[in-house]
Amino acid sequence: MSTPTTVEERTDMPGRPAAPGAGRRPVRPRRRRRRGYDLLALVLAAVWTFPVYWMINSSFLPINRIRGETPTFVPVGGTLSAYARVFDSDFLSTLRISLAVTLLTVGAALLFAFLAALALSRFRFRGRKSFVLAVLIVQMIPAEGLFISQFKLLEGWQLLNSVAGLSLLYVAAVVPFTIWMLRGFVNGVPRELEEAALVDGCSPAQAFFRITLPLLAPGLVASGVYAFLQAWNEFTLALVIMTRPEQMTLPLWLRTFTEANRASDWAGIMAGSVLIAVPVMIFFLFVQHRMTSGLVSGAVKG
Amino acid sequence: MSDVRVAAPDVPERRRGTSPGRRGRRRWTPYLLLVPVLLVLAAALGYPLFRQAVMSFQEYGLAQQFGQPPRWIGLQNYRELVTDSYLWVVVARSIAFCLANAAVTMVVGTALAVLMTVIGRGPRLVLQIGLLLAWAMPHLASLTVWQWLFDSQYGVVNWVLVRLGLEGFAGHSWLIDQLSFFVVATIVVVWMSVPFVAFAVYAGLTQVPGELYEAAQIDGSTAWQRFRAVTVPLVRPVLLIVGLLQIIWDLKVFTQIFVLQDAGGITGDTNLIGTYIYRLGLGEGRFGLAAAASWFVLLITVALSLYYVRVLVREEDL
Repeated sequence: MSTPTTVEERTDMPGRPAAPGAGRRPVRPRRRRRRGYDLLALVLAAVWTFPVYWMINSSFLPINRIRGETPTFVPVGGTLSAYARVFDSDFLSTLRISLAVTLLTVGAALLFAFLAALALSRFRFRGRKSFVLAVLIVQMIPAEGLFISQFKLLEGWQLLNSVAGLSLLYVAAVVPFTIWMLRGFVNGVPRELEEAALVDGCSPAQAFFRITLPLLAPGLVASGVYAFLQAWNEFTLALVIMTRPEQMTLPLWLRTFTEANRASDWAGIMAGSVLIAVPVMIFFLFVQHRMTSGLVSGAVKG
Repeated sequence: MSDVRVAAPDVPERRRGTSPGRRGRRRWTPYLLLVPVLLVLAAALGYPLFRQAVMSFQEYGLAQQFGQPPRWIGLQNYRELVTDSYLWVVVARSIAFCLANAAVTMVVGTALAVLMTVIGRGPRLVLQIGLLLAWAMPHLASLTVWQWLFDSQYGVVNWVLVRLGLEGFAGHSWLIDQLSFFVVATIVVVWMSVPFVAFAVYAGLTQVPGELYEAAQIDGSTAWQRFRAVTVPLVRPVLLIVGLLQIIWDLKVFTQIFVLQDAGGITGDTNLIGTYIYRLGLGEGRFGLAAAASWFVLLITVALSLYYVRVLVREEDL
């Protein structure tokens, strides 16, 4: 997940026998204390993972076990019937809509935010500071108040219940924070590299595609993941814009599925949640560390 | 996590940039680069925001929704809002909820980040994966799971509490009572938001040079002193920006409350700003009033975070 860092090395040091300067006495209690912290960390990890585990666990249980006197903690002798019930509903067509909206949002948001980040980080121009401030303030707008006008807007453009319409609103919702993240990454690519390439006879376009863009790839991945998660998970705007049942996105589908089956089919509901959550989680595990450094580099900026 | 982005050549970069006209053509480039973003924001946020401002001065209800021309009523919507004591109850409740959640999230998240720096590699990886799973879980999915965990009849939380000897929790329904509704909401929101804070602060902590700690240690400082004097000042920018985002996000919290209300909360007792505006507008069809309310809320949010934004602007070379 993370490559070694200065802090890790520092904290590892007292435990290392080869550290000549370290006094002998403080080593032992400190090691014991560290073991205590290790244990605490594992307990906390269990607390944070439990709901996820419980979702997966419940999704494999037959109905009589899920409503037992005592909860079943391990799905031994479980069943896949809940998943069968999910696929019998309109899960797959919903998945298609969700994928279309998400991919369109990610593509557009990345492209637009990248251009803006380039402007903010590589140029000093009038209005630059106000734009950065606006990017922050735009995120404070209470979205619930805008729904009506956004609904009317899309209605006027005949874009209600359409992938394009919802994506447009999503792009506007994610693009401010995407700019914020990408700006940090662009700041991290030293200008001198580009300039050196120019001196060596590259055209500006060549310098950009050969030098800058490859160095920015991790940042683009990180921001793309952010946009992906937002669009994939968004619920409220979809509730307002996608009013027709056949145009539902996955979160909407999960809610109607939950309401239709409340208190009767928790296994099915959990199976639906698993299907929405697990692919994203796996994907996220791989790219996360780039994301966090991106979020922070906007603030710390080296 | 350790890709430290060193934007060292920042100062000379700026000096170079401010020599206008050195390349005359470049003067327009930044504006061109901003055009797509500005177009999208203007269409999807700017225009609705403007429309909403107009609507807030009109009597705009269901009749207008179906084609009747709206009537101008000046400040009457605002007057009605401000004199309605329920709005103030909701605002106070939202601010309390926001501050409590942001504070708990920041404290727990920072504590976890510090913990990550003092534990071994294996436990750290386990903890990070646990946090990541919670972070990546789609909100609707996790809300559904939490409902199931707190289910009055078959929920595992009640089962555990009864097992611990608290017989009163047998069949206890958490969402009916206002206080326990917000306890559940806080648990859910904190559980969801802590991972981001923990990772962001941890990433900040790993950028603190180890020599500083060694120097402080040699000077005979205690661990707490080192934390106060070395760690906090160095990760302050991260704490600031993360804290600001938490306040913004927690004041806007909608989905969690909305879904939990549907699952059995009493709407009037548990509305926060987001759900209040939603139910006023799309629920009751009083669009003009809802528009006025959201402008009002925007002002409160900006006022609340003004301090933060100013500190950021001052400290950060935006």
